[in-house]
Order: sequence, then C-alpha cells, then structure tokens
Amino acid sequence: MNKTLTIAPSPHIAQGDSVQKIMFRVIFALSPALIWSFIVFGLPAVYVTATSVLTCLIVEWLIQKLLLKTSPSIKDGSAILTGILLAMNVPSQVPVWIVVIGAIVAMGIGKMAFGGLGQNLFNPALTGRVFLLISFPVQMTSWPNISKTVVDAVTEATPLAIIKEGLKNGTPISELTQQIPGYSDMFFGNLSGSLGEVSAILLLLGFGYMLMRKVISWHIPVTVLGTIFIFTGILWLANPGQFMDPVFHILTGGAMLGAIFMATDMVTSPMTKKGQIIFSIGIGVITVCIRTWGAYPEGISFAILIMNAFTPLINNYIKPKRFGGN
Amino acid sequence: MLKTFKKGGVHPAENKLSADKAILKLPLTSKASILVSQHIGAPAKIIVNKGDVIKVGQLIAQSAGFVSTNIHSPFSGKVARIDTITDNSGYKKEAVIINVEGDEWLDTIDRSDTLVTENNLDAKEITDKILSAGIVGLGGATFPTHVKLMPPPGLKAEILLINGVECEPYLTSDHRLMLEKGEEILIGTKLIMKSLHVEKAVIGIEKNKPDAIKLLSELSKKYKNISICPLKVKYPQGGEKQLIKAITGYEVPSGALPVSIGAVVNNVGTAFAVYEAVMKNKPLFERVVTVTGQAIKEPSNFRVRLGTPVSELIEAAGGLPEDTARIISGGPMMGKAIASADVPITKGTSGILIISEKEGHRKPIGNCIRCGRCISVCPMGLEPYLLMALSEIKNWEHVESEKVMDCIECGSCSYTCPANRPLLDHIRFGKNKVSGIIRSRK
Repeated sequence: MNKTLTIAPSPHIAQGDSVQKIMFRVIFALSPALIWSFIVFGLPAVYVTATSVLTCLIVEWLIQKLLLKTSPSIKDGSAILTGILLAMNVPSQVPVWIVVIGAIVAMGIGKMAFGGLGQNLFNPALTGRVFLLISFPVQMTSWPNISKTVVDAVTEATPLAIIKEGLKNGTPISELTQQIPGYSDMFFGNLSGSLGEVSAILLLLGFGYMLMRKVISWHIPVTVLGTIFIFTGILWLANPGQFMDPVFHILTGGAMLGAIFMATDMVTSPMTKKGQIIFSIGIGVITVCIRTWGAYPEGISFAILIMNAFTPLINNYIKPKRFGGN
Repeated sequence: MLKTFKKGGVHPAENKLSADKAILKLPLTSKASILVSQHIGAPAKIIVNKGDVIKVGQLIAQSAGFVSTNIHSPFSGKVARIDTITDNSGYKKEAVIINVEGDEWLDTIDRSDTLVTENNLDAKEITDKILSAGIVGLGGATFPTHVKLMPPPGLKAEILLINGVECEPYLTSDHRLMLEKGEEILIGTKLIMKSLHVEKAVIGIEKNKPDAIKLLSELSKKYKNISICPLKVKYPQGGEKQLIKAITGYEVPSGALPVSIGAVVNNVGTAFAVYEAVMKNKPLFERVVTVTGQAIKEPSNFRVRLGTPVSELIEAAGGLPEDTARIISGGPMMGKAIASADVPITKGTSGILIISEKEGHRKPIGNCIRCGRCISVCPMGLEPYLLMALSEIKNWEHVESEKVMDCIECGSCSYTCPANRPLLDHIRFGKNKVSGIIRSRK
C-alpha cells in the first residue's frame, strides 16, 4: 500500500451546494414573473433586461480584470441576478442608456467598490435603481398604459401614484379607487408598473419555489409583507376615508418583489432569524411611512437600503440562542 | 412525532453500506503495535519489557492517574520491543510491539458464549472492574468510562442514556452490535445503572435502524427501567449534549458536565464492553470496526483485536481501491484522515472509511455570501462564519467571548457551506489557541 494519501481535517464530505447553484435557483424563481413582464410589456422589456444583464456582466468582468486583477467570477451567476433584479425595478419604457448607467452604478458602486461578492453593504440592484430614480425621475416614473389591448406610448400612473396624487389634491378615496385596477387584476398581473411589479401571483410562485429548495426561509418575506399589512391595516381602520386598505398595499408597487427577492438578498440581510425579523419589521414600517407621508408614492427600495445599513449592527447585537446558554 | 434535538443539525446521505453485514472475526495479525495512549488523559505506563512472554488479556500498561486507563494485550506472544510509532493523529507515540505467537488467553477470562445474566457485585465492585478492564467510551471519544461513573462530589446521576444513535454516515458497528449482542448490551446497561445508582436508563436509537429498535424494544421488556427511545435521523445526534437534549429535553449548560443536570451517557459499544468485563472477566482488547467506502469491494463489520494494522482490515474488505484519496479513522464527519495504513486499530476506532478523489476533493474557497446556513446548522448555536473571521485575524479574546469552547467540532458548518469555506479548520485553530490561553490563566 504505497498510495499517497491526503491528510485533511474533518469533515471529509460536503453537501455539494454552491453559490452558483443558489444564484441560479433565485434566477429560476424570478423567471415566471420576468417572462410575464415580457408578455405584458413586449420587446421593450426584453431590451431593458438584456441591456441590464449584459452591462452588469461586462462591468464586473472589467473591474476584476483591470482594477482588482482577480480572476473573473461572472460565472457565479450573481451579476446576472443583479442585472435581472435591476431590470425588474425599472419601467419598460426607460431609455436603454439609462439602464446602462443604472447597471454601472449597481455593479461598480453597489458591489465591486466594496470588494465584490459578499462584501457589499447595500443591495446592488437597489443601489442602481435608486440612483436612477433620483437622477432621472421623469423617465423612471413613466409607465406604459396596458389597460388597452395594444401597448401604446401613452403613459399611465401606477396605482400608488394615483392614490398619492389624488390624496394630495383632496380627492376622496372612494373616487380614487374607481381609477385603479381591481385587486384581481393586481394579483394576476394586469396593471402598470415596473417590470417586476406586475404579477403578485408569479412572484409568490417564485417564493414557493425558493422555500421548497431552501434557498431562503419564510422569515423576511412574510415579516415584511405582514408588517406592511398590519401597519396599513391600523391606519385604514382608523380612517378609511384617508388611507387605502392593507390588501391594496401589499398587492401594489414593489412590495412583493421587494419582500421576496430584494430584502432576502443574503449578503445584505442579517444572518440570524431573529435579526431577519427585526430587519423586516424595519423595512415594513419605513415602506408604509414613505408611502403614506413621504414624497414618493413607493418607498420599499429606500426602506430596504436603509435597513441594509443596519444589517452589520443587527448581526453584531442579535446573536443566535446558544446551546446551554443563559 | 419522533424526538430529536432542536437546534441545528444536518442530514448527510446515510450510506450505511455495511448495515446487513454480520460481524466477522478478523484473522490474527502477526505483528501488533499496542499504543499506550488509546484514550483521553495520561498515557498508560508500560509494565512489560522486551522479550517478555505475554498472554491475551494480560495487563501490559498501567493507568497513570484518575483520567487514564489500563491497556491489556490483545495477543499472546513475545514483546518484540518498546518503540514509538505514528498514531492516527500523525503524532509519534509510545507503543508495545508484539510478535504474535498462537492465541493463548489468560485462564481468568470466560471465553464461552454462555450469557451471564446475574452476579452479586455491588456498585463499587462493578466500577472497579470497569476501571481495571481499561474501558473507555467506544463511540470515538475514548473518555475513560470509570471517570463518568464517579461524578464529582455533590453531583448525582439521575438517568443513564445509552447512545445507539450512530449518526455518522457509513458507520454500522454499533448497529450490528445492537442486532447481534442486544441482550449483552442490556445487561451491560443494567450494570452501569447499578454502578451509578440510577433507576432509569434510556437507549436512544435513530429511526434508520428499525431492526435494532424492534429487537431491543422486545428484549428490554424483561429489564425493569430500561426503555428504548426511537429518534429522528439527524446529525450530530450522537453528540453527548445533543442526545441528552433529544431524549430528556434538558440542555447541559455551557462548560458544564452532563452529570451536572443528572445525565450520564455511554455508547452501546461501551455497554457491551462493560458486560464482557464484569460478567466474563474480559478486559477491553477488541472491538467492532466498520470497513467501508463507496469503492470498497465488500463493506464489512469486523471484530478486531486492538493493535491490528489498518491495512489488514482494508485487505479483508477487498483491498484498497484505485482512486483512494483519504483513509479515515472514524466517520466522514468527525473522523481523522490517517497518514498511513500501517497505524494500528485503537479503542476509539469505530470505522475505517475510504474516501475517493471525487468525494474528498475540496473545491476552491469562495467569498462568504452571508447566507447564514452555518448559523442555522450549528447545533451549539454558534456563529461559525464569525468565529472563522475572528480566528483569521487572530482576535483570540473575541473568539473566546463568542463561545468557541462550546464548539463540538461536528463539522456541520463546513459540510453545509455553499462557498466551500473551511469553517471548522479555522474554528479548531481558534479553539486550540483559546484553550491554551485559558490554561495559562490558571
């Protein structure tokens, strides 16, 4: 027996999961909602997505090749995922050059400036999205009108914007609700918005898949949506003439997309379940505050980024319950 | 619902390839190396000299303290020399090398197969027999058993747990022993109960061994106060603290002994050894070893005399496969990779596992993506990612305050990490450093 043996510490076997597999599972979970957005918005949505993904890949590759001088890691799927998430957060009509800028900011500033995968403090796709929202407010809030059978260039406001604008002008809720799509349209994806905002049910399908494959746990999505539901529910019960009902709030805007796919970003969310619940309550509360009292009709992107900043603090103070501890 | 421990845990592929293979006797080797340090604690002191003629069961090295134990010769023949050899951790250790001649046993040992069910020894006498027979924890930890039977002053055992979990993938030695020596294990359990003055014993067995659960449940009807507890399959349920939690629901406090909450845990193999020592007057010099692996021709369970070279067990199971990368002493999760197949079987060798190139290949280390899986699988509620990061920057003070000493080194974190980060390697390093610091404080 003269074989050369390997000496290595235990364990000697591994589960065989990989970062790449996790990323592609998330991408797979996103695909029904993404494909639905292609159907609803047509070719412009495909262009936006392709531009976003491609730019993210190129930016990551260039930065690793030229600046960091590390071996490129674009194969791990995380740049593709960021690209898709960014695309799902913009309207399909947005000019392609704006998408390119968003992707450069997402990858360059949101991710690579911190050192690449796993190092970033803020969700890269949301960093890109918020940069665009602040820099190009007009283009970023013009959504195509899809209530007609043919998609035309006439823009339509999102339900959240209609409500926000209406309440500001003193229009009563009962009148405003006439102007927005019904809840079943919202649920099945028959309303206007960014690519990823249109179909609650397909996003929930993706959530189910990720739960089944154990990519994420239920804690963040359920707590975020639950907090939004309870908080808006209290406001609605207090004054139904002034506030929209909770079902409206969880079905519209980026609530579903944010809660299921953006807030759950592993890198930028807390690591313990307890921490994740605190993080999610924060997102829910800030989202409702911005939607109700803030300047923007939608606030989940800001809410997630704000709570991202608290993640290191939460990780530091919220410890798992130690076995045999007091 | 089946009982199990609550926090963390993983479920690797079970791969119990040798579960149906009856325990076979391995032919005697010609040259044996008996290490004097086969247990946790002080190495035993050698009391034989070169040229001495010895018999099977004869004491060759004497316990050197309270946490130490006796070593008996598993062979008859002549002492060839006293030498240092490489043990399975790769350290040079003292050993008695024996030229094996014949198979002559001490007359005092009862070699018959007759089951001895009764004797009239009292608690103290039973403990003394266990002590002099050199019995240690046979689950792999090799902690001298008599120490567990003599709790520190002020502490009293209330319940005895017998560990038949065998949660390590591949290993089947405890499983086979339960099937083939069930009655003996129950008698051994009764003896330990008497020694500890406890009224209740529970044997914990995972659900993937339904035949053992059925058999022991049947047999245990005759024994008052011994019950069988089927457990959900989850690694590391065989860990002492996890098993206590699973069966009793109580957590052993951080840094405390299990007996501080009234629990004492012994392995089924240990219970069998206790039976042999007390009822048959046979010291511990052989044990059951599983030889297994995906590429092993005939995965088997052998009854082996301690001191037999590992290579002979591998030969008996069909030889060393072509693509062998590692030979593991123990299971795939906690076993040790040995440097050479010449090392001898010791009291703690529960299995010999052959890991292929493909299975054992470590993939390149990626960045931590903070998925938190290491935290959710840690059965001790630690944060492996953090302990690794702190160990890397050598912040030992912080490593200690994050409870590194609670780590049981089960390997669930490294096993589960999608970025292939060697979490346990770094945690072990930190643990070593911290335990050094703790010792220097005293």
